[in-house]
Amino acid sequence: MRKSLRIYASLVAVACLALSGCAGAGALGSSAAKTVTIAMVSNPQMQDAIKLASHFEERHPGIDLKFVSLSENEARAKITVSTAMQSGQFDVVMVSNYETRMWAENGWLRDLSGYAANTPGYDVGDFVPSIRESLSYRGDMYSMPFYGESSFLMYRKDLFRKAGITMPEHPTWQQITSYAKKLHEPGNHVGICLRGKPGWGEVLAPLDTVINTFGGRWYDENWNARLDSPAVKRAVGFYVNLVRKYGEPSAATTGFAECGTQFSQGNAAMWYDATSAVSIVENPKSSRVADEVGYVAAPTVKTEHSNWLYTWSLGIPTASDNPDAAWEFISWVTSKDYIKLVGRKLGWSRVPPGSRMSTYEIPQYRKVSEDYAALTLQALRRADPENPTVKPVPYSGAQFLQIPEFQDLGTRVSQQISAAIAGKKSVAAALEQAQQYAEAVGKTYQEQP
Amino acid sequence: MTDPALSGDTTSATVRDTPVAGSAAQSRSSADETRPRQRARRKHRGAAVIWAVLAWLAALVFFFPVLWMVLTAFKYERAAYTDPPTLWFSPTLEQFQAVLASGVGTTLLNSAFATLVSTTCVLVLGIPAAFALSLRPVKKTKDVLFFFLSTKMLPIVAVIVPLYVIVNRIGLLDNIWTLIILYTGMNLPIAIWMMRSFFLEVPAELLEAASMDGASLWTAVRRVILPLVSPGIAATALICVIFSWNEFFFAVNLTAVRAQTAPVSLVGFITGEGLFWARLSAASTLAALPVVIAGWVAQNKLVRGLSFGAIK
Repeated sequence: MRKSLRIYASLVAVACLALSGCAGAGALGSSAAKTVTIAMVSNPQMQDAIKLASHFEERHPGIDLKFVSLSENEARAKITVSTAMQSGQFDVVMVSNYETRMWAENGWLRDLSGYAANTPGYDVGDFVPSIRESLSYRGDMYSMPFYGESSFLMYRKDLFRKAGITMPEHPTWQQITSYAKKLHEPGNHVGICLRGKPGWGEVLAPLDTVINTFGGRWYDENWNARLDSPAVKRAVGFYVNLVRKYGEPSAATTGFAECGTQFSQGNAAMWYDATSAVSIVENPKSSRVADEVGYVAAPTVKTEHSNWLYTWSLGIPTASDNPDAAWEFISWVTSKDYIKLVGRKLGWSRVPPGSRMSTYEIPQYRKVSEDYAALTLQALRRADPENPTVKPVPYSGAQFLQIPEFQDLGTRVSQQISAAIAGKKSVAAALEQAQQYAEAVGKTYQEQP
Repeated sequence: MTDPALSGDTTSATVRDTPVAGSAAQSRSSADETRPRQRARRKHRGAAVIWAVLAWLAALVFFFPVLWMVLTAFKYERAAYTDPPTLWFSPTLEQFQAVLASGVGTTLLNSAFATLVSTTCVLVLGIPAAFALSLRPVKKTKDVLFFFLSTKMLPIVAVIVPLYVIVNRIGLLDNIWTLIILYTGMNLPIAIWMMRSFFLEVPAELLEAASMDGASLWTAVRRVILPLVSPGIAATALICVIFSWNEFFFAVNLTAVRAQTAPVSLVGFITGEGLFWARLSAASTLAALPVVIAGWVAQNKLVRGLSFGAIK
């Protein structure tokens, strides 16, 4: 009987040994040379890049690509933690124009300008200027754009024709309200779909451009919070009123994806959102209205234009062990050739838009995108994150504020706005609370020397 | 993705119970034929029917999302988004093919490995501990038990940053053994508490009787106690399997490419642009299957566990 006890004990010992032994082996394996690990957001264009990665590996036999793709929130959290902690887990990370400058300032990302200059034919000058500028810190680029987006207004040409309304090329928000009122037929379709879901990347994106064009701002030049100013009150009151009166049902839980579904299923006459929405509304596989969508510039009030600017881009964390191999990948996936490769292999409607000017000169791409390409490019070029509104501001960014506190501040303010859209709070009460949040953050900037 | 397996299981348990309750009522009441008893029987039967209907309704309510997920997995994306939703569609295996082609197999293997090894570790460590804390109580048993439980009181999110720093420093990021160690630590207190309650059901006299017959402690445990508590072991193992299979937070923070588990890979099917419900449903269905199968396999043991109290 003692024998079996011994067997049991030795089994436990073996298990422990195996545990420690394999743990060691696993640790050794993590420093294998020439593996480039890429963390990305799982949007359709990134999925396409994963599909085409074999083309890269064929040409670079020494480099093995490994992809981690997660949904936006998880990816953002994971990339931030691993980059900030200098874990060296990833060689290439997908970031946006929100992070790039702040991370460059923190020394978390490598300066890519030198790499770009030494890569023949890469042509940094071909990037859309506003996008290139938004990814630069002190004149050098720290991440390379994979695709870019701005905002515009989408509308149903058939419904407008039926109602006898002609959509102007540069509508004002007042005009949009009157059209929404005319076309609002609950049961068939609503007047306009606008985001109302809490989140700094959800309701705040369109709302901030509305605040900007009404002449409102988050802070004045001295970091005094201005969310209780008459201009912001008018703008937010206007937005909440519009979406409550002529917007989609349960607007407080509707974000980009939900509006995309509503509009592409024919349930809304207008939709103000990202230019990248064309991948939903123009896709005949998912959209019932693909042939009937018209596009015009983002509506305005006081400013001449009111466009946001967003780009998903690729950078190299300073802790990466393989920066050269990582650059090989980045320079391939953000090149002119890659865009042509997507067009040839997967179809011209799937090329990543908004990053390079030359994309808009490819005849095949012009043909599939004739309804919206010119307007997208125009919106991108007009977006001015440095001067988003009428008066000067101490921050940069159109639909967000490029400060590290904004993820938290924006989320809390957006919850107040959503509560107002849901009718649980008055706009005045929501903004009063939002102003307090903003004041707390503003103070930390006022106290800085 | 916890719900499918769990609620699926609850459903089958509820459904199983209903007819048993009905027939018991019948046999009990058929013993006598006097009028008041007959009335009572009718009343009883009426109550049984109402309970059965309620149980079925509850089961349907809880099971419906799982059913909808499985149905959606066989749709084309556009059909998954129809408003109002439709039950009639031409089924396709396209989503499953796409999910399998995207390399979800490796993550399923990682999950299986982490789950099986950590559950084995939990049982190897937990059974002796639970035995000692029930049949052979040591000094301050209560304190020890409370200490085990106290490790579950800190929210995981509060330790993730220090944990990340430690794991990063010792070079164990993206290593499946990190998850195995964490899952073992995470499930051990639950397993000890659960196993202890099963051991407490075993009369101490059984051990004494065995030793009177000349059995050593090891023989007594192996041949008398363990067979008696095996349903309890099965139930504990199943809980550990479910918890570690579905664990998301550690996995998403501490793994990347090589050690990615199935729940983390599911998140990759959610995209900010475009339609993804059908594909996500197919991936979720695949990820839920192993736990459902594990629950189904353990079912016989679990049912025996229910009648276990009878030996008292």
